[in-house]
Amino acid sequence: MPTISLQVNGKTVSGEVQGNTLLTDFLRQNLGLTGTHVGCDTSQCGACVIHVNGDSIKACTMLAAQADNASVTTIEGLSQGDDLHPVQAAFREAHGLQCGFCTPGMIMSAADLLSKNPNPSEAEIRSWLSGNLCRCTGYHNIVKAVQIAAGQMSGQRIAAE
Amino acid sequence: MYNFDYVRPSSVSDAAQALSNNTDASLVAGGHTLIPTLKQRLAQPSALIDISQLAELKGIRSDGGNIVIGAATTHAEVAGSADVKAAIPALAELANGIGDRQVRHRGTIGGSVANNDPSADYPAALLGLGASVVTNRGRYDADSFFTGLFSTALHPGEIITAVHFPIPDKAGYAKFEQRASRYCLVSVFVAQKSGGIFSSGETRVAVSGAGQNGVFRVAEMEQALQGNFSPSGVSGIKVSSANLMNDMHGAADYRAALITAMAERAVGAASA
Ligand SMILES: Cc1cc2nc3c(=O)[nH]c(=O)nc-3n(C[C@H](O)[C@H](O)[C@H](O)COP(=O)(O)OP(=O)(O)OC[C@H]3O[C@@H](n4cnc5c(N)ncnc54)[C@H](O)[C@@H]3O)c2cc1C
Ligand code: FES
Ligand code: FES
Repeated sequence: MPTISLQVNGKTVSGEVQGNTLLTDFLRQNLGLTGTHVGCDTSQCGACVIHVNGDSIKACTMLAAQADNASVTTIEGLSQGDDLHPVQAAFREAHGLQCGFCTPGMIMSAADLLSKNPNPSEAEIRSWLSGNLCRCTGYHNIVKAVQIAAGQMSGQRIAAE
Repeated sequence: MYNFDYVRPSSVSDAAQALSNNTDASLVAGGHTLIPTLKQRLAQPSALIDISQLAELKGIRSDGGNIVIGAATTHAEVAGSADVKAAIPALAELANGIGDRQVRHRGTIGGSVANNDPSADYPAALLGLGASVVTNRGRYDADSFFTGLFSTALHPGEIITAVHFPIPDKAGYAKFEQRASRYCLVSVFVAQKSGGIFSSGETRVAVSGAGQNGVFRVAEMEQALQGNFSPSGVSGIKVSSANLMNDMHGAADYRAALITAMAERAVGAASA
């Protein structure tokens, strides 16, 4: 069995995995990080989106062994202690979730969008989130949350300058 | 998913060696076709040889009239490449329309071309631009590379290393997406180049998503566009529905009508 070693939310972790262990299973079962959800397990729904080396990806369609030496961020690693990440805070503010099942993947996708495109248009937000399915909200409040987060994050940058 | 050994070779020649030592092994790149296939137990390789991180298979360069894209380059990298956007904007746009952003962060051009899904995007660009597929053993013209549904001229154990795209004067792409899968219900790639480095003719029209045997060219449209490179040049040409796919996503007649409509749009986008 291959032994893998990677950074997850800033900490080095290692473990033995089978060839066919999915990254979702490694995170959820080996590391107990159950914030990464599995909705479809067929790369359609985006509930499992995490960041690998700075890019949002569907962890149900990546082998754990393929993440050897990678730097991974999951929903658990986004906040600074009790301080929510601006995208998380905006989802709460805008009521961007109902049952919450899609939310970790939505937030991880949106956070990647804002790191690459700090001022996206509504069309760019909808296009970026097209691989994240939500059965509850109808998407409007999710888009609104991303817009609020974009405003706050660019506001923060200005304040910091 | 059945279990398998996972192997990460350090070079293309290592990967080729690993494949020749184990004929039940399979290459994996982005895994966005292969992993879903393995989950359905439609294949049972004894080992996966992961070429997705080989530096010699990654990256994009322009090289004397060609854009050269390494096989393990992701769709997102092609879509975001300044070189591709400057030389062949239609190709960057095509890459940007594959699946969703998370799929584009993993899926690779080599995996897409090797898989030759009849509804995939890249085969239309390769055939429409007269690209060549370079492997660890040789080189194929797009015209002879795509041989049928999910089949290519690759021999067992052969590894695609790069795709060379001639830079055209004009090119355009139009895709009518199948809304659930995001693959092409029908897509059309058109390209024109005076002086013609394309192997046959100066204008090429390639159709994906529609053919029962995968991607194909439309000679009648190519001839018409040679004289009149404008949407009206193709608007009266209808491809016979006899060899088109006919399934729950679209009847053959509907696909035939879409080919004309997508060809008009692709030419319009290219002239713009
Ligand atoms: C949700 C979803 C939506 C998608 N939407 C689209 C779409 O709209 N349009 C589209 O075109 N595609 C779409 N795809 C497919 C996607 O583009 C795949 O990533 C691509 O077809 C395969 O590339 P890969 O790198 O993931 O290959 P893998 O899955 O790793 O490999 C696929 C096959 O190619 C072989 N292979 C890989 N690399 C090489 C190489 N260098 N040389 C020889 N053989 C090789 C493998 O052995 C395997 O048999 C979608 C996929 C998903 C999951
Ligand atoms: S669980 Fe990964 S995309 Fe649905
Ligand atoms: S909030 Fe229920 S699926 Fe999105």
